[in-house]
Amino acid sequence: MIRPEQGGALRRELIGFAGIVERNMYLIRRFAWWELAWFLYTVANTLTIVFIAKGIEAGGGHLDVNRTTIVLLIGAVIWSYLGLIFEIVTETVAWERWEGTIEYTFMAPISRASHLLGMGAFAVIYGVLRTALLFAVVAASLSVSFGNADFAAAGVVLLISSVSFIGIGMMTAVLPLISPEKGTQLGFIAQGLLLVVSGVYYPVTVLPDWMQWLSVISPATYTLEGCRNAILDGASVSQMWPDIWPLLVIGGIAVPLGLAVFRRGERYAKQHGRLKRSG
Amino acid sequence: MSAVPAVQVHNLRKEFIRRDGGSRKRGRRRRVAALQGLSFTMQRGECLAILGQNGSGKSTLVRLLSTLLINDGGSAHVFGIDVFDKPRSVQRLVNRVSVEASFFKRMSPMENLSYSARFYGMGPRETRARIPEILALVGFPPERGHEPMEDLSRGMQQKIALARALLTAPVLLLLDEPTTGLDPRSKLEVQDFIRQMREHHDSTILLCTHDMAEAEALADRIGILHQGELLCLESADEIRQRYHADTLEQAFLNATGRSFEDEDEESRRGVPA
Ligand SMILES: Nc1ncnc2c1ncn2[C@@H]1O[C@H](COP(=O)(O)OP(=O)(O)O)[C@@H](O)[C@H]1O
Ligand SMILES: [Mg+2]
Repeated sequence: MIRPEQGGALRRELIGFAGIVERNMYLIRRFAWWELAWFLYTVANTLTIVFIAKGIEAGGGHLDVNRTTIVLLIGAVIWSYLGLIFEIVTETVAWERWEGTIEYTFMAPISRASHLLGMGAFAVIYGVLRTALLFAVVAASLSVSFGNADFAAAGVVLLISSVSFIGIGMMTAVLPLISPEKGTQLGFIAQGLLLVVSGVYYPVTVLPDWMQWLSVISPATYTLEGCRNAILDGASVSQMWPDIWPLLVIGGIAVPLGLAVFRRGERYAKQHGRLKRSG
Repeated sequence: MSAVPAVQVHNLRKEFIRRDGGSRKRGRRRRVAALQGLSFTMQRGECLAILGQNGSGKSTLVRLLSTLLINDGGSAHVFGIDVFDKPRSVQRLVNRVSVEASFFKRMSPMENLSYSARFYGMGPRETRARIPEILALVGFPPERGHEPMEDLSRGMQQKIALARALLTAPVLLLLDEPTTGLDPRSKLEVQDFIRQMREHHDSTILLCTHDMAEAEALADRIGILHQGELLCLESADEIRQRYHADTLEQAFLNATGRSFEDEDEESRRGVPA
């Protein structure tokens, strides 16, 4: 018997979207120890970076240690946030292929938009929580003063830029569909390149000209700048409009573009039998 | 409405590009026809078995019908809907059980069933009620519903795979070697269950298998698929008559023109690792 239609297509899509988030919650719970270990690694990694400022001073250098430490902290924390978003969205294909569930997900009547945005939404929820915790733990183990920092405004910038990151993540998520062996690694390369040109631990003005050009179209540039303005100088959301509008524009382009790229990749995979390798 | 066939496949073709084994030289790619112009029709409520050796194209057919592959020619309709034109509508009608259980191995059966039902638009209230019913139906012990999948036997996992397919109430059920690799007891249980499905629900079932006895026991009609071509599609009796054989096995060998082992070997050699 055909199941009676239950509400409209929109309701089904929303349930499917929630299903993606739900599944990832289950996974986090099942891999809780791994999550903890990974978090400790990220804390250690971040500390190695933020102590650089004190290290330079101890070596006889002259700099504003408090300010430089915060600049580095923001860079490291955003690197980790971006890494999380990218990893989760990119794993859309790679992880499911490894588990062997990929065909069941791709034959389900859920639109690719709900599917990928569901992954993105989970990535943002999880990423924001972890990143806030990382920031708190690392900041607590340093003696820095945040003065009149506007953390809420920094959070807003981070959330707005997440839209662009999700869009770019969709584009890299398609790589494992086309190249089952090396697609995931290509995703990491994209993440590294993005951060290099965006001024992760330095102002973009120190970059060679051609890299500065790239920094203009990289959303991470505005995220880093916005968060630094908010945390170092207490800039409010309205004062950061110059950082926010480019993020809105890039996000407005990146998400539809990411979806289109992914759909093309999916079509290619279905034409060439790349969803799953074993016959 | 009842006049619309459950499945209508016409001249369906699918090719893959295969790199020839051994040498890494470029240009040594070969197009392999996995399905060459398949045509058949299934009526609603029918159980059709496709019998074929490894590499004959069974899974390719199942993947085409479940929108996981795009055809290279011909057409396929499920309840009158074009599979390649309106995949989303077809996806709502179809579900599948494959030879590998394919679950998130660390997650429990309950978790796996619950999230996958969401993709078919079933909310939490619905799954809370339906999952225990379905688990009882497939004979899965409810107390094991919260163990990680990886701790369950293959037989148990395959029951969950059946449950996952049934949960979405598919009008067309695609079974791709659902009992391959199961121990004899689990195999019988799964077969019994398929029989029950046929008797008590009006499901249309396409069963791909290389198990002659299974095909004969469960299906109304049997098709022999050989190197991507359907050699015949009729009842077991008619097949035996057509190929002048006493057993279905003998008929299959007469039809495909070689011994079992040979063909199995050859197709294995060709399949990329
Ligand atoms: N994704 C794929 N990529 C390349 N070749 C494939 C793919 N899937 C199937 N084939 C080839 O198509 C033929 C039919 O395979 P398949 O449909 O899996 O057969 P069966 O399920 O009957 O064992 C085989 O020669 C197989 O190697
Ligand atoms: Mg197969």
